[in-house]
Amino acid sequence: MIRILSALMIGLLFGTGIALSGMANPAKVLNFFDFAGTWDPSLAFVMGGALIVTALGYFFVLKRQTPLFEPQFHLPARRDIDLPLIAGSAIFGLGWGIAGFCPGGAIPAMGLGQADAWIFAGAMIAGIALARLARHSLATHAAARAG
Amino acid sequence: MTEFTPLLSLAGGSLIGFAAVLLMAFHGRIAGMTGILSGLVPPFSHDWGWRAAFLLGAVAAPALIVAATGFAIPFDSATPAPWLVVGGLIVGIGVYFGSGCTSGHGVCGMARLSPRSIIATLTFMASTVATVFVIRHLLGGLS
Repeated sequence: MIRILSALMIGLLFGTGIALSGMANPAKVLNFFDFAGTWDPSLAFVMGGALIVTALGYFFVLKRQTPLFEPQFHLPARRDIDLPLIAGSAIFGLGWGIAGFCPGGAIPAMGLGQADAWIFAGAMIAGIALARLARHSLATHAAARAG
Repeated sequence: MTEFTPLLSLAGGSLIGFAAVLLMAFHGRIAGMTGILSGLVPPFSHDWGWRAAFLLGAVAAPALIVAATGFAIPFDSATPAPWLVVGGLIVGIGVYFGSGCTSGHGVCGMARLSPRSIIATLTFMASTVATVFVIRHLLGGLS
């Protein structure tokens, strides 16, 4: 119960940060990327603030052996740069530039009751599900062949 | 045009960072929206409880701010619905194969100086700049 409540409170904090920062506003996001037009540099301050706090916080938190509610830290161990990382990121940027929503911005934007956020988030979740099923069935297929 | 809001954006960004630190300290997890969402779609992860709770909090926060303070959170979207669907699908597929988005790679990964996250962030930022330039200045907007 404490784990669920804690995750709920942290989600509230995250959503509050996104909403106040402007990351949930597609117009503001698109203007940040529009150097040749109506450039609004605000989002550089979002990234700066988030990075400073996270880097400092992680420095102290990761000195511990374990997190408070779990037996271990779940940190990505990979350091290689592969094609899915680059191609997937480039594809993400294409979609971000089309609509002005990134995943972390779109989900809290739903809480503003705006139809655009719900349409985008629905399609985005469908996209993640499709990609996850595709990778899952490919892996199953490969395992069946190897077996 | 949107208003330049350095202080509000810095405060919001710091809160995002604070949430990321707490999720690591309490749950040992990266606060990446892509990773959190990925466990909530088929084939489902077994640990959906904290993921669903985090998402519920993230969606509820703006509604609570508006209800409690009356602060009008600026929101302006001019993208036609068909393009929202196309953009959403593209973002979903891209972040899944790219293993993260602005929160996971851009904040949590870069804060750990992960080479994959730094490359991913530079890649999607460049791709977004190019996309916005083409749409706004070469095509004259989406219709």
